[in-house]
Amino acid sequence: MIQRLLLAFALAAFALVSAAPPHALAMSELKRGNTSEPDSLDPHKVTGQWENNLIVDLFVGLMTFDAKGEPIPGAAESYTVSDDGLTYTFTIREGHVWSDGVPVTADDFVYALRRINDPKTAAQYASLTFAVKNAEAVNAGEMAPDAVGARAIDPRTLEITLAYPAPYFLQLLTHYTMYPVPKHIVEAEGKDWSGRPGMVSNGPYTLDEWVPNDHIRLVKNPLFYDAANVALDAVSYFPTTDGEAALKQFRASELDLNNDLPISQLEWLRDNLPDAVRIHPFMLTTYVVFNLRHPPFDDVRVRRALTLAIDRDLLNYAVLKGIQVPAMALVPPGIHAYPGTARIQGAEAEITERRETARALLAEAGFGPDKPLRANILFSNTADNRRIVVALQDMWRKIGVIAEPQGSESRIHYTNLRTGNFDIGWAGWIADYNDARNFLFLAETRSGQMNYAGYSNPAFDALVAEGDRTSDPVARGAILTRAEQMLLDDLPMAPVYFGTSRNLLHMTVRGWVDNVVDIHPTRFLDLKPWTGPEREDTSPDAPPKEVGWWGWFMSFFQ
Amino acid sequence: MIGYVLRRLAGAIPTLFIIVAVAFFMMRAAPGGPFDGERKLPPEIERNIKAAYDLDKPLVTQFGLYLGRLLTGDFGPSFKNKDFSVGELIAAGAPVSLRLGLSAITIAALIGMALGIIAALNQNRATDFSVMSAAMIGITIPTFVTAPLLTLLLGVYAGWLPVATWNNGALANMILPVTVLALPQIAVISRLTRGSMIEVLRSNFVRTARAKGLSEFTVVTRHALPAALLPLVSYLGPATAALVTGSLVVEQIFQLPGIGRYFVLGALNRDYTLVMGVIILYASLIIALNLIADVLYAVLDPKVRLA
Repeated sequence: MIQRLLLAFALAAFALVSAAPPHALAMSELKRGNTSEPDSLDPHKVTGQWENNLIVDLFVGLMTFDAKGEPIPGAAESYTVSDDGLTYTFTIREGHVWSDGVPVTADDFVYALRRINDPKTAAQYASLTFAVKNAEAVNAGEMAPDAVGARAIDPRTLEITLAYPAPYFLQLLTHYTMYPVPKHIVEAEGKDWSGRPGMVSNGPYTLDEWVPNDHIRLVKNPLFYDAANVALDAVSYFPTTDGEAALKQFRASELDLNNDLPISQLEWLRDNLPDAVRIHPFMLTTYVVFNLRHPPFDDVRVRRALTLAIDRDLLNYAVLKGIQVPAMALVPPGIHAYPGTARIQGAEAEITERRETARALLAEAGFGPDKPLRANILFSNTADNRRIVVALQDMWRKIGVIAEPQGSESRIHYTNLRTGNFDIGWAGWIADYNDARNFLFLAETRSGQMNYAGYSNPAFDALVAEGDRTSDPVARGAILTRAEQMLLDDLPMAPVYFGTSRNLLHMTVRGWVDNVVDIHPTRFLDLKPWTGPEREDTSPDAPPKEVGWWGWFMSFFQ
Repeated sequence: MIGYVLRRLAGAIPTLFIIVAVAFFMMRAAPGGPFDGERKLPPEIERNIKAAYDLDKPLVTQFGLYLGRLLTGDFGPSFKNKDFSVGELIAAGAPVSLRLGLSAITIAALIGMALGIIAALNQNRATDFSVMSAAMIGITIPTFVTAPLLTLLLGVYAGWLPVATWNNGALANMILPVTVLALPQIAVISRLTRGSMIEVLRSNFVRTARAKGLSEFTVVTRHALPAALLPLVSYLGPATAALVTGSLVVEQIFQLPGIGRYFVLGALNRDYTLVMGVIILYASLIIALNLIADVLYAVLDPKVRLA
């Protein structure tokens, strides 16, 4: 009996470990670590930055990204704008086809705009297309989908009418919400059209395989209009939810690049793999938001005092390892057609001086040592956020403010912020498209619950609306700067730091350009052996340097 | 015996129903919903989404709809992974978790039993002490320590084994995660086997067997081992379930596409249908493995009669 049981066990063990199929490798395949598993590959059903990386490889919109993340013509070879800035006419690239050989037509774009706004599609990100005439009404179910302001004049001529002259429209066209979908496939297959091998798309790559939570493999689309200049035959995306594990995969060359790196390992990385670390400004602003509905935060003196007391440099170097950029404004540097000259007044002074001013402002507002200001500060419960909020708590303690940190998981945190259930909140915003408007929107009255502070300033709203109607980029930049300055004087939110993108990149990956949108289409990348000068210990593929057994042993504890 | 199994299986249905009901309403009682994020959805979009997923209906109606679909074998659409249904996700992830868990428990059982027997036969000698100290270390070091340590040693420094990913279940990719999962189980199983083996070796029927002049090998394998394995069998049932379902940490560290990750990610994302699907799978597994353990018990121990 026992012998038979043992034999069965042994056979089972053998069967389990030997049932592994062989694995084929392509000639040139890039292995990209990509934060998280995408919700979908249907451009109308996603909301994330990591999904953008995949969708930019699979699809091209009227405009698409170059290697620098700047808009370049994609499916459209040219366009004209009417004088009032309301009507755009696009000419679809000649010979541009879907990956099944069917021509990409103006009708596919019209269909896509109707589909994303059709209430039945339930697209979470439909609001990004609301600059298009009637899109908002269609999405609300007040109009039929065919009322959307887009029409096919002929198969290669597309006309899009806007609700207002949105000068950032060309930037917006690079966003996946504005991408086409293959009408002939989506109508035939319904929601099963995306995510399956052979999924029809019009970009440089097509879907080869998707093993959920394991990898997504894309192969080069030979029918893509610029296929001759696409170097890599295939690209695999791996969801790298665990940053430390991803770093090990990167060091073992199981990943060619990863779009994140663990901050806790930054010093080690800078010492050992300095050429692999790519840190670059990104369209992310983090900020402290004050709930203007809760007194005393309706008092600008209180908000100003708390803002001045934040020691951004200390926070950056002591808590964030110096990789972020202290923020004196809401709109990050490097934003398209934006001067970025607005500043928080008085924030350049020395911290001791700022604390004096802050104490004086608090005293004016009726707070002092006998009657300290007490408030909760809500944050989304991650390790980094916890350290940031504790640092803020300590900075405010120095001006006699007692802040009580309350962490919760992110869904609960943002529900609290949206419903005004907080005194002070810790928040961050990543822009959807490269335009200052997308940051200022956070304080517009009509942004509703997205305006966590409950700030409502008709003068600010009017300036932002005026910006929407101004097509001259310089004039518009100046108007939006005035709006931002108004915000930085009223301080419904106190910007704290501008985020950076953090990529890990082997020297073998070529064609990479760091950029503010942190988008790096695979079509511009290539893999080539590193032939540069000999460097000591910096080549990622080099074996670890000789450190002796003690150094080797100790390296586990570093 | 067959009647017993059938009755146990019938008894599992109300158990599963209660688990499904409790889990369903507990999930809904948690604050936040599947579509809450840092971006507030415009009200019309929120309405569209709720209608598309039946979230606009009363909770009891939603439960009825869910049960109805469940009876036809449909676990519903995933709220988060929109290109896959929950059924498809589980069908893709369960084999991974099953292979990991079953490989680990099989290897752990073989090595653990062997070590336990060796220790018992050499009770209070150097062999015994070294095996049991190793087992103690195995029990006390958690997988989230052994996993990164082994990947660093064997993957990054030595370069012998892949650091992570499943790679369609290639043998090289399975070695590290299976080892990490098996190590603490080897420790527990060897201690269990040693304990019960020592007890059995002192019992009268073993003394009788020795008195008959049987060889030590026969005494141990034929007479002592079946009796010594009984406590182990009752341990292996739940342990297998725990390994198959509870490999979350290992799946995370090795980036494996199993279902352990779905459970936690699904709960954090409020992906109601995905969490329900995984709970149903887990509950069924635990019920089934407990049943198997009970049946095995009857096979091994003539004193147990299932009727």
